[in-house]
Amino acid sequence: MNFNATLIGQMITFGLLVIFTMKYVWPPIIQAMQDRQKRIAEGLASAERGVREQELAASKASETLKDAKRQAAEIIAHAQKRANEIIEQSKNDARAEGERQLVAAQAEIEQEMNRAREQLRNQVIDLAVAGAGRVLKREIDETAHAAMLDDLIAQL
Amino acid sequence: MSESGTPSGTEYIIHHLTPLQVGEGFWSFHLDTLIVSAALGALFLWLFIKVARSATSGVPGNLQNFAEIIVEFVDTQVKDTFHGRNPVIAPLALTIFVWVFLWNFMDLLPVDLVPQIAGAVGVHHFKVVPSTDVNATFALSLSVMFLVYFYSLKVKGLKGFAKEVLFHPFGKWFLPANLLLRIVEDLAKPISLALRLFGNLYAGELIFILIALLPWWLQFTLGWPWAVFHLLIITLQAFIFMVLTIVYLSMAHEDH
Repeated sequence: MNFNATLIGQMITFGLLVIFTMKYVWPPIIQAMQDRQKRIAEGLASAERGVREQELAASKASETLKDAKRQAAEIIAHAQKRANEIIEQSKNDARAEGERQLVAAQAEIEQEMNRAREQLRNQVIDLAVAGAGRVLKREIDETAHAAMLDDLIAQL
Repeated sequence: MSESGTPSGTEYIIHHLTPLQVGEGFWSFHLDTLIVSAALGALFLWLFIKVARSATSGVPGNLQNFAEIIVEFVDTQVKDTFHGRNPVIAPLALTIFVWVFLWNFMDLLPVDLVPQIAGAVGVHHFKVVPSTDVNATFALSLSVMFLVYFYSLKVKGLKGFAKEVLFHPFGKWFLPANLLLRIVEDLAKPISLALRLFGNLYAGELIFILIALLPWWLQFTLGWPWAVFHLLIITLQAFIFMVLTIVYLSMAHEDH
């Protein structure tokens, strides 16, 4: 235990060490550590944010998908309904057209029949007149008996 | 064991405990203490400044990791104890911890290694562990006490400091008792701080020297356990010195 000037020397060395540590050692190292801490915290926060955003996007996507499906179903139902309507309508149209055509054909047939009957009647008249003419020859005056003949024609 | 024939055990021990001294009386120097502690301080600064220069907030290298572990450890200790803001305390604590640890670590060098080398170049006494020199430990504790007074006065002012010395802890009617208690306390602080470190390391070194007196084939049976145990001691002593420094300084900042 002998104290001497070593004490003073050691104090000077210690003082210098502390000053150097204070100036050149501590601040940069602590700064780097704090910066890293901040970066890690930021990284974690942004990761969390990313996860949340991803969740949000996923829920949004599923929402959109559901919407699209619903719309598609609506469209299909609508189209089906429309198709049924069209079919129904064309059926009706076809039925009406058929009936119309049937009516027209029937009318035509009637017309033809009437015409034919008229023709036939005229021919019968001509034939009757001719026959009668041949039988009667001169005895019967066509003009004199026209009224009687007309009456006959009307009775046919 | 020593170069001068076969010395007796006592001679061997005394030889190992004699510092390399130049000068007489008070104005003399223990060159071994000065050189070793300065070299260790330089080692500390070199290592840490190297880290500080290339310190990155990205992925740290091995050396930076190592330095950061120590820095963080010290920083945690400081933050746990000291709640004010003082840019000196944390670097001071780091310096004390690492420097004292390096001093103490010299204790784990084989007791004859450095003295033999020194003897080979003509230096007959060389104590390689600075903490076995009271001058070294007291230099630290007195510096710490100087800082304690400095910050006491700076934070509390002369009046506040005087008030604390005179009226604490028993109030103003026990002024002499307060003063006496304070004197004892302030004497005990640096002495206990310095002597704790000195005593532990001196005793440890002495036991290493005693173990070195055993026959060589028996030395490891005691030397190895003691070295392992000493690993704990040297770290613990450095840690205690640092923590007490922080505690004393934080007490200096407390205003009553």
